Amino acid sequence: MSAGLGHYLIVSGLLFSLGLLGVLLRRNLLVMYMSLELMLNAGNLALVSFSRFNNNLNGQVMVFFIITVAAAEVAVGLALILALYRKRQVAHVEELTSMKL
Amino acid sequence: MVVANPFSRNPVTSAMFLVLTIVSMAGLFVLLHAFFLAAVQILVYAGAVMVLFLFVIMLLDLKEEEQRRIKTAGAVLGIATVGLIYTALVRAFRSLPTVAEAPSPPLEGATGALGKLLFTDYLLPFEMVSVLLLVGMVGVILLSKKEVK
Repeated sequence: MSAGLGHYLIVSGLLFSLGLLGVLLRRNLLVMYMSLELMLNAGNLALVSFSRFNNNLNGQVMVFFIITVAAAEVAVGLALILALYRKRQVAHVEELTSMKL
Repeated sequence: MVVANPFSRNPVTSAMFLVLTIVSMAGLFVLLHAFFLAAVQILVYAGAVMVLFLFVIMLLDLKEEEQRRIKTAGAVLGIATVGLIYTALVRAFRSLPTVAEAPSPPLEGATGALGKLLFTDYLLPFEMVSVLLLVGMVGVILLSKKEVK
């Protein structure tokens, strides 16, 4: 059976929920951040499949920009995590409970 | 396979499975006739972003998480959220009008057409993204400077 639009969307939804579960249930900052990237990827998949099945290239352009912006965001976010780790020496969200440096 | 990414205790294992997921998604992009995006995904995501992640994981030298008890409230809420998303998705899927599933003629030369779109309709976001990358670089360098006594 050929893969229709709905199948790709279900895969994208499953990936998104897996990422969401990872963000909600993990305590390690880095793994939470990786699950966030997984959610972004799921959105990319949905956009590309919509672009394909409506024969419209705008979806692919948007995915191009999303990939670029996500790369910049990962760089800045990891720098933030590094700076936080240098100050506090922990990377568990359970122990990062105050905003004071 | 993909499931192991959020569910493994060692962060390096999670990172490796995320790389596997990204490469599989590049394969899916190829199936969807988005060849340029598949190449960009492997180059940028698997090649740069995940390498950055692995560098930081190695730098921080985290121990494995101890055997944790997932709080029942958290697990229940998480599964309820996933169930809600799944229900919404299935309902939307069922209410789709029965369109022909094979799309109209495939976009030949999609890479060239994509490039043309990038440089005509989407020129402003293109240039702004380059400024964004520059700002990101400056921010990263500032954030990771050691304090000078």
